[in-house]
Amino acid sequence: MRILISIASGALFGVGLVISGMTNTQKVQGFLDIFGSWDITLAFVMGGAMLPMIFAWLYSEKTTPLYAEHFPERRSDMGRGLVVGSVLFGIGWGLAGLCPGPAIASLSFGGAQGLVFVAAMAAGMLVNTRLRPFVERAPEPL
Amino acid sequence: MMDWVWGLLGGLMIGSAAALFLLGNGRIMGASGIIGRVIERKNANQMLENLAFLGAMIAAPVIVLGWGSLPETQITDNWLVIISAGLCVGVGTRLANGCTSGHGVCGMSRLAMRGILASCIYIAAGVVSVGLFRHVLGVI
Repeated sequence: MRILISIASGALFGVGLVISGMTNTQKVQGFLDIFGSWDITLAFVMGGAMLPMIFAWLYSEKTTPLYAEHFPERRSDMGRGLVVGSVLFGIGWGLAGLCPGPAIASLSFGGAQGLVFVAAMAAGMLVNTRLRPFVERAPEPL
Repeated sequence: MMDWVWGLLGGLMIGSAAALFLLGNGRIMGASGIIGRVIERKNANQMLENLAFLGAMIAAPVIVLGWGSLPETQITDNWLVIISAGLCVGVGTRLANGCTSGHGVCGMSRLAMRGILASCIYIAAGVVSVGLFRHVLGVI
């Protein structure tokens, strides 16, 4: 059943990303381009996506997941990895106009460029496993 | 139809997907987390559902919308930009433990300080990145 839910959720996510325009790198860069011709679409996508999740989180306080023991714990640690990682992610996101979700959802129609982006992203994830201890070993500034 | 209407509609689908994943499987629907765990071969007991999720994400747009109606990604042809951007996104999202879906959609809707902080930082960095590479350096 967990597999079926994963398939349904992945399918809804993929179609939603394409319909919303978020697989179009120009629209994403347009949202970040406050110095050029700003595109507000991404704000509507984020708002629309948060709406069902607000209700889901509220509902989660009164129940347990259908096919799991418990809901994910709330984490409050805000370390160097979170900050440095988000800066790096933002730079790459602006450069190509792709974040992980749309990069995967557009794999079938994103051409060689899309494939190379996902391959580089996968390589970056592997690099991170070596880089992470180094970043986290340093004294925490926060 | 106006772009923002499609944005809102697609956004509601993304949020419903995240709600289904949370209430059904008890997990955060974060794209970078799901891809990352597959690539790093972490959480072997979740491997199958992670692969199912990614497979559906790739296949559903083609099946539901059809080849003809899939929009252009309009991605750059500059390979150096594509590769460096991909590397930054890969390292960054795993280091930060989340991306636009995990920290943004799932974290901010829970009023998680981590998600709000991460989202403010990656949006600010994205704004600076587009400003610098588009308007100052003219590479994108």
